[in-house]
Amino acid sequence: MSSITVSPSTGVLGRFGQYGGRYIPESLIPACQAVAEAFAEAWADPGFRGSLSALLSAYAGRPTPLTPALRLSAELGVTVLLKREDLTHTGSHKINNVLGQALLARRMGRTRLIAETGAGMHGVATATAGALLGLPVKVFMGERDVERQAHNVFRMRLLGAEVIPVTTGSRTLKDATSEAMRHWVTDTDEAYYCVGSVIGPHPYPTMVREFQRVIGDEARRQCAAELASAVPDYVVACVGGGSNAAGTFAGFVDTSARLIGVEAEGGSGASHGALGVLHGFQSLFLQDEHGQIQEAHSIAAGLDYPGVGPEHAYLRDLGRARYVTVSDSEAIAAAVRMARAEGILPAIESAHALAWVARAAGTPDLPSGSTVLVTLSGRGDKDITTLIAEADL
Amino acid sequence: MTKLLMPYITGGVVAGWTAYLRAFEDAGADLIEVGLPFSDPTVDGPTIQEASDAALARGATPGSILAEVAADPVTIPLVASTYANLALRPGFGDALTAAGVTGLIVPDLPLDELDQLQVPGIAVSLLASPATPDDRLAEIGKRSQGFVYAVSVMGITGERDRLAPSAATLATRLKQITDLPILIGFGISSPEQAAEAAEVADGVIVGAAVMRRILDGASPATLGAFVGTLRAALDVR
Ligand SMILES: Cc1ncc(COP(=O)(O)O)c(C=O)c1O
Repeated sequence: MSSITVSPSTGVLGRFGQYGGRYIPESLIPACQAVAEAFAEAWADPGFRGSLSALLSAYAGRPTPLTPALRLSAELGVTVLLKREDLTHTGSHKINNVLGQALLARRMGRTRLIAETGAGMHGVATATAGALLGLPVKVFMGERDVERQAHNVFRMRLLGAEVIPVTTGSRTLKDATSEAMRHWVTDTDEAYYCVGSVIGPHPYPTMVREFQRVIGDEARRQCAAELASAVPDYVVACVGGGSNAAGTFAGFVDTSARLIGVEAEGGSGASHGALGVLHGFQSLFLQDEHGQIQEAHSIAAGLDYPGVGPEHAYLRDLGRARYVTVSDSEAIAAAVRMARAEGILPAIESAHALAWVARAAGTPDLPSGSTVLVTLSGRGDKDITTLIAEADL
Repeated sequence: MTKLLMPYITGGVVAGWTAYLRAFEDAGADLIEVGLPFSDPTVDGPTIQEASDAALARGATPGSILAEVAADPVTIPLVASTYANLALRPGFGDALTAAGVTGLIVPDLPLDELDQLQVPGIAVSLLASPATPDDRLAEIGKRSQGFVYAVSVMGITGERDRLAPSAATLATRLKQITDLPILIGFGISSPEQAAEAAEVADGVIVGAAVMRRILDGASPATLGAFVGTLRAALDVR
């Protein structure tokens, strides 16, 4: 695969090295600028921060616990600590970001939310925030994901959201994202586009990371209380677009912890992507030698995206974070193992992170005796149908 | 001044597609926009998305499309249009030049990221939108080459029943800040709409209305006749 030669940009903020930027139709520029300005102002406003913290604790169930996985640790010979985003209201880390963006939308005077979703967790979170704040919600979702995440589709509808199946392309997250952008451009005065990961045009990658850094900040304090070393040796999180990983890493970038992002083998933008532009940002994308984006394939709908957020591409180049891949079957095995060892059924997305820990423990990648923080980005209830089909029980 | 007519075609959409280029030229087109299909066309509506998918399914690549253009040349200027992921690849400008293409439109590469595009000798036309504020419009007028592409409506490509009022407003604003020709595009579907747009602009771009007919199987002669009706509507003034 060839790579793009990038000349120094005089352009917008929101660059992580050569990644990021704002590659969108002219019609969307004012809308993105408005989001960037509103976010900068809100994030500097203690009133906004206070409202968000209050919602996160009184509604979303924060702080989430840090759970030592005792039996799994004994089996693997490494100390595993789980950051329990699965215990948040709606069952995944997505709620942290969505409550922030929904409050921002309301502050901007927007009257509708639009969102794209893969696994459905971001859609459920957005539908939830919409119900809470009285904002109608439209969720774009690939037709394939509508089929494999039927329960989440029903949850969204139950919450009053309109779910729009997207029938183009691979009929997964990539195409849902394209369709959401196409829709946004028709309705920028009223609608707020609530992006579900650290992807999209500036300011989304930065903003979503800031809304998710609550994971890393809490975990940092909790690790300090739990561990003699204060900081774990390894910090591991699964990477679709990369929001739970970005939020987790944000709490540890300035420490000695080794950061590991775990991608699905078939959706490994950071591991196997080439420089490119999609969905408004420059980053690493799976693409053919002509520059056509390739379809991702993962058993985890939330990891079924051919690219990765720009900050992850940058952390990779810097050598600050390492990105690895896990196969569908390793992830399923890790989900079952976790359920049996700890009584916790993780989302299949999160199981990717656990699968890498299980595979690497005791090797030079993750030496015996290490301490490992793993973000459990969500719970596996949504994945029961997949598990019935795939887990040989 | 005569009004400019630029029909659009998705390169490689059907076998022998370059015959449409000649039909457009013979019917009085002034320029032709040739789309180099991208897998994820976020600025396009269903018709051009379908055309892009059809071209990619036939195995069309930017290289194959440009080779077909070079092998079957027309005499009017060709303007390539594609997405940033293809346009930012090394050697893209040279490939256009080698095929005789002289202009380029990249709808997802706005002013702010324009410096990254390295296509010497190719006139890069920028898009302006009804939402673009005055200071930015002035900058677009300054940095655009060849013409300015006035996007008629807040939306994506696709046929529409009527020309949006925002088209005339935008064209009028653009006329005040640049001497470049202003071409209105997105949604122009009929000779009547073309004539209406040309009352304020210097010409029109017609995409989805052309592509729907091609996807429906219309021949180059039929498309030539359609482009002829657009030409006539622009000329009767
Ligand atoms: C439970 C869970 N984890 C992880 C992800 C991947 O998203 P990200 O990489 O942005 O954290 C998703 C996305 O839907 C998810 O639902």
